[in-house]
Amino acid sequence: MINSAPKLSDKEYEENFKELTPPFTKNGAVAEANRCLYCYDSPCKTACPTHIDIPGFIKKIATGNLKGSAKTILESNWIALTCAKACPVEDLCEGACVYNDKDEKPIEIGRLQRYAIDNYFASGMPKLFNSKDKNGKSVGIIGSGPAGLACGAELALLGYDVQIYEGSKIPGGLSTWGIAPYKVRQEDSLKEVELVKSLGVKIKTGIRIGESISIDELLTTYDAVFIGIGLGESSKLNIPGENLEGIVGALSFIENVKKEKWNSVNVGKRVAIIGAGNTAIDAATEAKRLGAEKVNIIYRRSEDEMPANKFEFRLAKDDGIIFHFLTSPTEFFGNHKVEKINCIKMRLGEKDKSGRRKPVAIKNSEFFIETDMVIFALGQQANLDFLNSIPDLKISNGCVIIDEKTYQTNNPKVFAGGDCINGGKETVNAAYDGKQAAHGIDNYLSNKK
Amino acid sequence: MVDLSINCGGIKSPNPFWLASAPPSNSAYQNCKAFEQGWGGTVWKTIGEPVMNVCNRYGSIDYNGEKIIGLNNIELISDRPIEVNLKEIAETKKLWSDRAVIVSLMVESKKEAWHDIVKRTVDTGADGIELNYGCPHGMSERGMGAAVGQVPEYCQMITEWVTEVSTIPVLVKLTPNVTNIRYPARAAKAANASGLSLINTINSIMGIDLDTMKIQPSVGGLSSHGGFAGPAVKPIALHLLSQVTSDPEINLPISGIGGISNWRDALEFILLGADSVQICTAVMHYGFRIIDDLIEGMTNWMEEKGYSSLNEIKGKAIPQIADFGNFNLLHKTVARIDQSKCIHCNLCYVACEDGAHQCIDLIPVNGHNKTQVREEDCVGCRLCAIVCPVEGCISMVRLDDAVSTKTWNELMKDFKRENKPLTWKNLAEFQKEHGIVIH
Repeated sequence: MINSAPKLSDKEYEENFKELTPPFTKNGAVAEANRCLYCYDSPCKTACPTHIDIPGFIKKIATGNLKGSAKTILESNWIALTCAKACPVEDLCEGACVYNDKDEKPIEIGRLQRYAIDNYFASGMPKLFNSKDKNGKSVGIIGSGPAGLACGAELALLGYDVQIYEGSKIPGGLSTWGIAPYKVRQEDSLKEVELVKSLGVKIKTGIRIGESISIDELLTTYDAVFIGIGLGESSKLNIPGENLEGIVGALSFIENVKKEKWNSVNVGKRVAIIGAGNTAIDAATEAKRLGAEKVNIIYRRSEDEMPANKFEFRLAKDDGIIFHFLTSPTEFFGNHKVEKINCIKMRLGEKDKSGRRKPVAIKNSEFFIETDMVIFALGQQANLDFLNSIPDLKISNGCVIIDEKTYQTNNPKVFAGGDCINGGKETVNAAYDGKQAAHGIDNYLSNKK
Repeated sequence: MVDLSINCGGIKSPNPFWLASAPPSNSAYQNCKAFEQGWGGTVWKTIGEPVMNVCNRYGSIDYNGEKIIGLNNIELISDRPIEVNLKEIAETKKLWSDRAVIVSLMVESKKEAWHDIVKRTVDTGADGIELNYGCPHGMSERGMGAAVGQVPEYCQMITEWVTEVSTIPVLVKLTPNVTNIRYPARAAKAANASGLSLINTINSIMGIDLDTMKIQPSVGGLSSHGGFAGPAVKPIALHLLSQVTSDPEINLPISGIGGISNWRDALEFILLGADSVQICTAVMHYGFRIIDDLIEGMTNWMEEKGYSSLNEIKGKAIPQIADFGNFNLLHKTVARIDQSKCIHCNLCYVACEDGAHQCIDLIPVNGHNKTQVREEDCVGCRLCAIVCPVEGCISMVRLDDAVSTKTWNELMKDFKRENKPLTWKNLAEFQKEHGIVIH
């Protein structure tokens, strides 16, 4: 057992994991919706990876046409609730809002989208779309994350029989398991799953393709297959001591927190996060909110290169997370369980292939950070074993290669989208991929003789 | 030093801000509280005939999330006995000698009844009387209020009954629910009124709840027209004020009313000829405390503009009120967009394209669309400048020689002299001669 932080009361957990942004009241939503200028060719719509008609859905909130507002949103994005709550809006729609050019607060687009979609779910998901007649063709989807759900929903509307296979017992992928609970709760993600199921999409959980069902069986059973498996384990550094007790991957840590039985999640008194992306921040703030006394983020480049966006950085700083920039771990020490990290100071050298300045170790600058737990948040590795088992798939740098328009892989019957084609982007990108891939599949199967 | 004191038809007050005859001026408690906070005067809520009010008296228009841009009411005149009101009026006046206490009156259309109430009002020491000829609901059905104000002859007759016994100034409050407000105004003048108050509330149905299909305000399932007031009525009030103040036959002091919420609104009424202003809805929404900004804002504005008394600005905007036929047809403006301020919402584009004369182009530049006015096609309507959300981004630039003038009336005279009928062809000749292109 690691040196754990003391457990908190249920009330403290609820307080720590309550939503960062409360939902709008009706009046609040209408006032904010009316503040929207209803731009003619709106930059927010261009900035949204799914190109939601943002001024359109906002004006419908203003007039009280909430069902129409939800329809406008869902027409472009099936993962609308998770995106409303988890999108890095300041880098996307809200960052593009013309109010920024007036040095005024941009429209709270994410919060308004949530208002419309919350209302849609609360009103019992009334039917918004007419499906095409069944065309007798079927598609198998691997993974029920945002990409798989979006692909399935769109295909169902196009008249396909859709079967999603999900390895986990609970569907939803990273929306269900990988986003901090103060942003998105499991129940939010499961509402989206229900919506997709209501369109006729079937989901089998607890089934890993390659185990109980082989990939070949899948390829023979279905007219086409969509891969939306996301990524696999958190990457490691391959330095000594990585196998000590108390060293975990960010994804499995966050997944534990998402089970929302917070008092059963063990978190160290002192926690160190390796990496400084948005997932690293999630892990750090969650550790802190679970009761960790001291949380350090260790990152080998500087604040400028940090992949986490400004919103996440502020959140972490507000939570009292300590940032060690230009610092790299070289070895973990401890007797069975991790006790301290040997770190070395870095400086930025010449630009590397990624265009970022390469961190270079500074001699004789080593020091220790004492810790009871280490969480790796260096990004996820591709699930190469599985991907390699699919015939004719082309893979480069851990990403499945697809045609950018059709999302077709090198195997004409296989399509792919989401994190497995891009190495890890936002939910909203996966939602777009899945939807576009559905049309790629439809084109392929419609033209196939 | 700025002096905000005014004299409206013989009624003096330290500033032009009076409570309008309405719920905020219902009692001594309220009027004294208002005076303590700085209000210059009050028009005591109309006293007179016995009445009973009902529950659910107000309806509101909320617009784009903003509460009460318009308020209507079906409340009647004071529902407290005359004796109680008169006693409180006398006490209030005794406490506040420097403030204007005007008493709004409404009794049945009998000479004796009016003589009686006027004398009793004068006995309170009040500074003036306001005749409520405007109340559009409840009282008008009983032959009072707007039923009087809408018939100039009644207006004159009853005003005469009042002025023949009153020893204090008499203001006649006009209803806007008439075809031409100048007629009742002239009638009041003919009956020796000291001044006019305008406008009273406008007949209105505020709206219908789409879930219950109930008209608001609903009194146990029934509703009726009520008196509409608040910010939304200001343009109508300003127009009617200008109708009265630009009529040389009337020439009476005016207490301006109708949607005045702040000092800016108040100044607009004064610029169109009002001596004092009356406020109700804004107080009902926010309380008497708004007087702080009313006085301070107006004082600061006067200081900045170099005025020391309201008389210097009273009616300053009236000379601009003119007939359309006297506008200069050669006055030419076009819209210009300041690209450094543009935020690329392109609302000007769609407004011009769909709602005006299709003279703004969208030109793709650096990932956004730049808006550009084709000046040769711009008719100078100003719609784009109005829809633009950025202050000072679109301005109307004058392009004529600032010397030549030709009004429609002059043009018609020219045509007549030259024996030319008014035809599209003849008009086109004039346009061509002056480089006016019609799209």
